[in-house]
Formats: sequence, C-alpha cells, structure tokens
Amino acid sequence: MDFLRPASWEEALAAKAEHPTAVPIAGGTDVMVEINFDHRRPEYLLDLNRIGDLEEWEVGEESVRLGASVPYTKIMENLRGELPGLALASHTVASPQIRNRGGVGGNLGTASPAGDAHPALLAAGAEVEVESVRGSRLIPVDDFYTGVKRNALAPDELIRAVRIKKADGPQQYSKVGTRNAMVIAVCAFGLALHPETRTVRTGIGSAAPTPVRAKAAEEFLNAALEEGGFWDNGKIITPSVAKQFADLCSGACNPIDDVRGTASYRRHAVGVMARRTLTWTWESYRGTAGRTNKGSAA
Amino acid sequence: MRVNFTVNGRPQEADDVWEGESLLYVLRERLGLPGSKNACEQGECGSCTVRLDGVPVCSCLVAAGQAEGRDVVTVEGLADFAKQRGEQGGCASGASGASGASGSCGTSLQDAQGWSAKGQDSQTGEGTELAPIQQAFIDAGAVQCGFCTPGLLVAADEMLERNPNPSDADIREALSGNLCRCTGYEKIMDAVRLAAARQGEAV
Ligand SMILES: Cc1cc2nc3c(=O)[nH]c(=O)nc-3n(C[C@H](O)[C@H](O)[C@H](O)COP(=O)(O)OP(=O)(O)OC[C@H]3O[C@@H](n4cnc5c(N)ncnc54)[C@H](O)[C@@H]3O)c2cc1C
Ligand code: FES
Ligand code: FES
Repeated sequence: MDFLRPASWEEALAAKAEHPTAVPIAGGTDVMVEINFDHRRPEYLLDLNRIGDLEEWEVGEESVRLGASVPYTKIMENLRGELPGLALASHTVASPQIRNRGGVGGNLGTASPAGDAHPALLAAGAEVEVESVRGSRLIPVDDFYTGVKRNALAPDELIRAVRIKKADGPQQYSKVGTRNAMVIAVCAFGLALHPETRTVRTGIGSAAPTPVRAKAAEEFLNAALEEGGFWDNGKIITPSVAKQFADLCSGACNPIDDVRGTASYRRHAVGVMARRTLTWTWESYRGTAGRTNKGSAA
Repeated sequence: MRVNFTVNGRPQEADDVWEGESLLYVLRERLGLPGSKNACEQGECGSCTVRLDGVPVCSCLVAAGQAEGRDVVTVEGLADFAKQRGEQGGCASGASGASGASGSCGTSLQDAQGWSAKGQDSQTGEGTELAPIQQAFIDAGAVQCGFCTPGLLVAADEMLERNPNPSDADIREALSGNLCRCTGYEKIMDAVRLAAARQGEAV
C-alpha cells in the first residue's frame, strides 16, 4: 500500500489522475473501518487532510459552498441558520468523535442509502461540485446516487464541495433508530419548505437502494397548498392532505427487510415521519412573518 | 513509512509504519503508550479517544499517516495537559496545535510509559498528580474494569474545557460516543459533575 499525501487540491487531482484506483481518505470514519476489518486493501490511500480548502465553506447569496471535508461538528456549530436540515441531520450522526472527523464529502463518497446527509441535501436542493484534471462539473444531488453505495463520480474525480441552497423556509430532519447516539438510520426523512418558489422538497434515507425524493408526494402537496391558498393564508394543513402526503411518501419507498427493520416497518415509519415533519415545518412557517399575506391564521 | 508527530507535547517518530495502520496501533504498539484502548476498531466504543490538534477523535479511525506533523494528546499526557491549561488560564498548547517543538514541556515518552494511576487516596494526594477529571473519576467510583476509562477521561476533559458548567444533557451528549459495560454510567455522570464543581470552586 502507498500513502499519498498531496499538499494542495491540484496535487490531489494529479495524484487521482495518475492512480485512479487510489482511495481518498478524509475523516476516515468509513475507510478506516474497512481497512481495520480487512474488507479493503487499497493499493493507494489518498489523504485529503492536508488540503485546507476542503475544510472551508463560503456563504453566498443563494447557496452555501460547503467544502467536502468540513466535519459535521462545524456544520452544526456554524451553519444552523443557512442549512437547518443538514445541521439537524449532522447532529444525528454517530457521536461527537465521529462528527469531529466525518463530513459530507465522505458521506457522498460512500453513498450509503443510510447516510444522514443525503435526505437533507435532497430536500434543500444541492449540487455536488466534482473535479478532475479534465475540469470540474456540477452534479445535481438527485443524479448523484446511482445505486447501492454507488455514485456518479468518474474514477479520476474528487468531490471539491457541495453547493447547497440556503434555506428560505423551515426545514426538518427525522430519523428512526434504537437510541439517540451511534445509530445507523432504520429509515430517515428530510423535508424543506421553500416559500420563495412555493414548493416542498423531501428526501428519504434507508428505504430504497439509494436516497430518494418522494416526487409524487411533493407534486401532490405543492398542488394542494397552491389550490387552498395555504402559502398566503397560512392555514393549518388539512388532515386529509397530510395523510395523503404521508401515504405518497410511504409509496416512494422501495425498502428491504434487514437486521435494522422490515420493509413494511420502514414504509410505515416514513409515512409517520413525513406527516410529523410536515406538521412541524408548517407550524413554524405559519408562525413566521415570511408569509406574503397574513391571513386569518386562527 | 515513517510518521513524525507530537505526542503529549513531545516530538515522536514512528518507524516502519504500515500505510493502512491506525493512529491507535502506532500509539499502542510502536510508541508503547497502551493507555488508549482498543476495543472495537470501528468507532463505536470511544475507548481509543485521543485529541488530535485539540479535537477528540477515535484514534482507531485516523490513519497513522494522517497524524503526520500533528499534535496528539493521550490519557498518559492528560494530567500535564490539564495542568498546563490551568496555568495558561484556558487552553493547553496542544489544543491550538502548537507542536511544543522546544520539548521543554509535556510528558516524556519514558514518563508516559511509566505512568500509572497513583494517589488513589485523594486525602494524602501521594504519588503522581492526576488531572482533576482523573481524580474525580476515582473519588466518584466511576472506574470498574477501567477499559472505557481512558477514552471517557479524554472526552470528559475536553468537554469541561469547552463547557465549564455542563448540564446533565450536555454531559450525556459529550460522552455519547463512549461505551461502558460496567458502571451503568451513573457514577461516570457523578464524576463529571464533581470535576465541574471542583473546577468552579477553583476559579
Ligand atoms: C461508529 C460509526 C457510526 C456512524 N454513524 C453514522 C451515522 O449515524 N450516519 C451516517 O450518515 N454515517 C455514519 N457513519 C459513517 C461515516 O461516519 C459517514 O459516512 C461520514 O460522513 C464519512 O465521512 P469521512 O470524511 O469520515 O469519510 P471517509 O471514510 O474518509 O471516506 C468515505 C468515502 O468517501 C470517499 N471520499 C472521501 N472524501 C472524498 C472526496 N473529497 N472526493 C471523493 N471521494 C471522497 C472515500 O474514498 C470513501 O470511499 C458512521 C461511522 C462510524 C464509524
Ligand atoms: S476502538 Fe476506537 S472506537 Fe472502539
Ligand atoms: S468500567 Fe468497565 S467498561 Fe467502563
């Protein structure tokens, strides 16, 4: 095995081009487990820890450019306002020690259906900024997950950053597990209200081969909210609408039975989380001045 | 490969390190610092917790090469680290990533290897001085088999540095990455509360 220690982003890209099989290592919280247990013996490890740029973030007008190696702890501490969904999701990852090392770049690299960043990224709307010596491109996060633990990266590409839309409304993240810490999601759900575009976006974790959005549920809810003038009048969402939304979210799942839970439990739980997160975010939206026209929200 | 880094304030050099080796392995097997424990090697138990440039991490999940040029504090250096922090009125040097290149402070490898938890009797205070958090663990009876203790000490000490007046919820959260199979955690909670209270009195 060889340990490559590029001191800059350019050097890292050159190293990845020269050794496309090299395994990048950032926080190491996925890679080292595999090495410790002999599940993986890469020819080259490509250490990203010396590249300071990857641990920085920039808050822009529309979006946050989050460096691939920014640890979850930093996201929780510094970006709660801009990225509330991702900050909540980050807080559910493992333990303080893991959150001090692991980050979104590694979560995307692993692309596990259970990765906690994914539902939050899907709900907020995000693009993955990837680069190689050939150039850089932006991959919409919806297209990034290509299969179980597979992603859209080419062998010579590295993740530079994730560009996540700044929240323009309330966001929530919910996760089912057996305890609060150190739990891989049985299933998870992210929801973001986007009052500016009058849309709702979702993300489902651990209930399909890849993280997915519940698109039919989103379309149904967008139409129902528009029709009822909810964005303007800020009324409580009717229980029948919430139920239909929840059912459609359950329907978006394509889960399996495994040690953490059965497929039917996952479908059920996703529906429950969908209804709850909708209620929480909508209550919060109703309570804000963000609405264009304060109706009689009795 | 060779890895150069600072451990408990002293520059160290580890040779013949395999590229896939963890920092934990290097500390225990190459530097003879067995304080950090190896229980799971998968980040679940926290018994290998050390501070890397001041930040608590599972050393079993840090590749040795990633520690190159960085600053590590293990349980063996905790007493000195806490003392230094006390003298400097806040952060010990390790937390800022200063390498202590002068070698004038910190625990020598020899001292660290010879470290043991003396001074069990807090009344007489005989033997090596312990960090306040170590003394509190002893006084509160928070140590049974002791396997989880080094990781808990490092994690708890870091929390008290950041948050001198933790609520119970803060303590539980800060220690949520450390498993203990013996104590049922109540005595550990007591120990951290005790250390926090003593820290408050000292100010
Ligand atoms: C005890 C434990 C509990 C965990 N609990 C959770 C949990 O609750 N939720 C959760 O989502 N995850 C969990 N994980 C998994 C892991 O912590 C996360 O997936 C984390 O986000 C990985 O980040 P990292 O920087 O440590 O990745 P690494 O291990 O360094 O890398 C992970 C993968 O991404 C690739 N990679 C890393 N950076 C880049 C880059 N810039 N460009 C291209 N590829 C890259 C690596 O080659 C590797 O394939 C847990 C892990 C452990 C050990
Ligand atoms: S040995 Fe590192 S967390 Fe268990
Ligand atoms: S004292 Fe035995 S594991 Fe904690």
